[in-house]
Amino acid sequence: MFTEEKKNSQIFQDSNHLSPTSELEVSELIKEAYKKKFPIDIHGSNSKKFIGYNVQAAKSLDFLSLSGVIEYLPEELYIKVKPGTLIKDIENILEKNNQELSFEPTDFGYLKEGKSNKGTAGGCVSCNFAGSRRFKVGSVRDFILGFRGVNGKGDIIKSGGTVVKNVTGYDLSKLVSGSFGTLVALTEVTLKISAKKPSQNTIIIYEKDPKIISDLFNMVLSSSNEISGAVFVPDEPKSKKFTPNKSKAFKLNDLDQEGAFFAFRIEGDQNSIKERIKDISNEMDLKKYKTSNLDIYQSDLFWKSINSLQLFSETKNNLLRAVVPPSKSEKMMSFLKNKYRYFIDWSGALFWIEVPGNQNIKEVKNTIIQNDGYVTIIKKSEDFEFTEKLFTIDDTKLMISKKIKESFDPRGLFNPGKMYKDF
Amino acid sequence: MSEIALPKVDRTIVSKKDLIVNNLKQFTDKKNVLSELDEIRPYETDALAAYKNLPLAVVLPENTQEVSEILKFCHRENIKVIPRGAGTGLSGGALPLNDAILLGLGKFNKILDIDFDNKCVVTQPGVTNLSITHAVKHKGYYYAPDPSSQLACSIGGNVAENSGGVHSLKYGTTTNNILGVEMVMMDGTICRIGGKTLDQEGYDLLGLICGSEGLLGVITEVTVKILKNPQTVKAALIGFPTIEDGGNCVTDIISNGITPAGMEIMDKALIDATEKFVHAGYPMDAEVLMIVELDGTKSEVEELFKQIKQIAEKNKSNSFKLSKNEKERLGFWSGRKAAFPACGAMAPDYYCMDGTIPRGKLSEILKEISRLSKKYNLGVANGFHAGDGNLHPLILFDGSNKEELRRTEEFGAEILKACVRMGGALSGEHGIGIEKRELMCEAFNDNDIQQQINIKMSLDEKNLLNPGKVYPILRKCAEEGRVHVHRGEEKFPDLPRF
Repeated sequence: MFTEEKKNSQIFQDSNHLSPTSELEVSELIKEAYKKKFPIDIHGSNSKKFIGYNVQAAKSLDFLSLSGVIEYLPEELYIKVKPGTLIKDIENILEKNNQELSFEPTDFGYLKEGKSNKGTAGGCVSCNFAGSRRFKVGSVRDFILGFRGVNGKGDIIKSGGTVVKNVTGYDLSKLVSGSFGTLVALTEVTLKISAKKPSQNTIIIYEKDPKIISDLFNMVLSSSNEISGAVFVPDEPKSKKFTPNKSKAFKLNDLDQEGAFFAFRIEGDQNSIKERIKDISNEMDLKKYKTSNLDIYQSDLFWKSINSLQLFSETKNNLLRAVVPPSKSEKMMSFLKNKYRYFIDWSGALFWIEVPGNQNIKEVKNTIIQNDGYVTIIKKSEDFEFTEKLFTIDDTKLMISKKIKESFDPRGLFNPGKMYKDF
Repeated sequence: MSEIALPKVDRTIVSKKDLIVNNLKQFTDKKNVLSELDEIRPYETDALAAYKNLPLAVVLPENTQEVSEILKFCHRENIKVIPRGAGTGLSGGALPLNDAILLGLGKFNKILDIDFDNKCVVTQPGVTNLSITHAVKHKGYYYAPDPSSQLACSIGGNVAENSGGVHSLKYGTTTNNILGVEMVMMDGTICRIGGKTLDQEGYDLLGLICGSEGLLGVITEVTVKILKNPQTVKAALIGFPTIEDGGNCVTDIISNGITPAGMEIMDKALIDATEKFVHAGYPMDAEVLMIVELDGTKSEVEELFKQIKQIAEKNKSNSFKLSKNEKERLGFWSGRKAAFPACGAMAPDYYCMDGTIPRGKLSEILKEISRLSKKYNLGVANGFHAGDGNLHPLILFDGSNKEELRRTEEFGAEILKACVRMGGALSGEHGIGIEKRELMCEAFNDNDIQQQINIKMSLDEKNLLNPGKVYPILRKCAEEGRVHVHRGEEKFPDLPRF
């Protein structure tokens, strides 16, 4: 046995909380776990730890110490980082070159502790939750060019690279995104980055009728004006069962606090924004509605609030994330109206729904599935009953997923039970 | 046929041909099962025509249930299956095997649902790429990925190869533009992945299937996203005196935060060839010609072209021509789109390569290709999807000259090795197929490849679906005699043959 290997074997034996600082160390620790059949809880900053089932594992592998930018080439539009690198730090680095992660990583910090925490690059990739630009630019998975990582046997593997077009073997970058650390312990991820648009404006339309809102969403999706965000925030229900966060979350000078509103974002240079707003005003016949216009500063804050779920800041209730075909938004709204606090993102395709108590979860889930959607129970209330599945999956996909899991992690050591009870 | 090792032929299967053919006729209409030489001959190759091989039989099922029954039967009887779309693939992904059934999806040629409300089209896999755009263009929509073979290539094949095209710089490749598939696994299991929703929960099986080159399942339905036509589209032709200047301009445009809809580069050889062929009006004094296309609002397009003109001038451009109207814009593209036939007119054969490099290495790779062209004494014309670093060198040769064909293959392999050395990839959009199978070890080590093979074996444990493609032949395969032995020399002698 090599000295390093011996050392890591000893570390593995002595400690339950492991913080590797190199890829090799990760590999050797996992080889030990494989030999000894010890399940491992793989995590970064724990900003999204509450999502999914609790992992029962003897050892915890913390990736926060494996952090830092490996390579950032602004002109090649990629940044290669270690998994423990904070998203916040990556965004600050990109900002200096007027670049950004255009998929707008969802910030789950407010849900948990009332303040921002976007977590780590590894966590962001593993959970695949993209923000408001999703319908225009793609999800997190569309921005992963490649990765390096360690599989469940301790073998270091890689897939993809740094170029956008790459058809060399299966696209494992896609597969690891949204796998919640159950397939690979990531040691390096390469993210595609984008130029930041010079300016943005957000138009608010004060309206609440489900049919009209649904039509507005459809107009957004049918428009050639490259609208990069469209949301609907209702003002109901007023019940005390829900956290009254709306006025706090959207405290902006040009946003009327009273009533429900529909909002959409235009980005670009000032001239093209003006041109687009003019065109959209005709397309949507905006003069029919009461509207207001958020300037670049307010617009930026507005979308930060949307993408950090501030409407549900520190909620004690269950929070469900549902994705439906956009044409189903009207039916969904009619069902949710006055019963549940919710808001709609992705121009009618993404619903965040706050559900107090357990008895109503089934009803909401059934409605989502009847509307050809899928649902994730993101945050569980204290009295949540685990008879409800947290993720939606059918039997065939479960069978395929199980086989894929075994091909990466034959002994089922990585985050066991995180996504599904079976593996 | 060029030399390439294929999986060992199972003589027992070949000897049972008549029985197998009769069995297949139970699962689909008799006329859909072809077994006579003159019937199966058209299927002996795809668009990588240097490789030819006859299948045991060809079956052309008409619906998903038939595909499922056929695969279930083949799975039970250990019969290999080669799926095929339109046969336009350039890496030999649909090359038949003598003991395999060729499963053609040509009869899956209907668009099933045009859903403008959800901005998607549900289609059968045999429908051509361009037909999707034709079906929605009356309402101002289109399907974004546009491989140059879009008139003929099928959407199922596009999914299998994750096809891109000229506009993937801004709009992505197939994987970024599909919402769902229906797929049949090798054991006959029918599976629906995704649908009309964005993303899917759990493992991204759609991302896994897209670009899997027909090794994991047979696609029987695809749901694609459609986009609204942009308001304004304009293109510019920009000439440069040197390769470096053109290459630097590409990098500078991207660095300035501009994302063109398309950005192509052609070298002198390709400019000359295409100009002779279609008279597109290209500047003949340019060593390198760039076609940049922008879309968006009128003012935005105009403003960005102003910036691009300045960037081009800074990089010593010697001509700049902006399209005045749609006819002129299409004229600019006509030469680039005629690259293949233009090269066909220059030599008896051409070999189209496909690799990617980081944009910044553009002039470096062009110089390397030029050096290799002299080394192998073969002409080459270069067309690039420069914006995303995807190069398509077209090597000119005479296929009737065996020695020249050998040199061509070696030349091509050296280009791809150089791409990998420069931080790029072996394939940008054509796939690995049989063509680049043995080169996978240039980009990946044993662990990487073994992980991929593990996935394959987890979903197709008997290795019956499109075997012998994509992965170099390692331990298990070596025992079955499938190592590519070229001119008596074992390739990658340093690789462990377990």
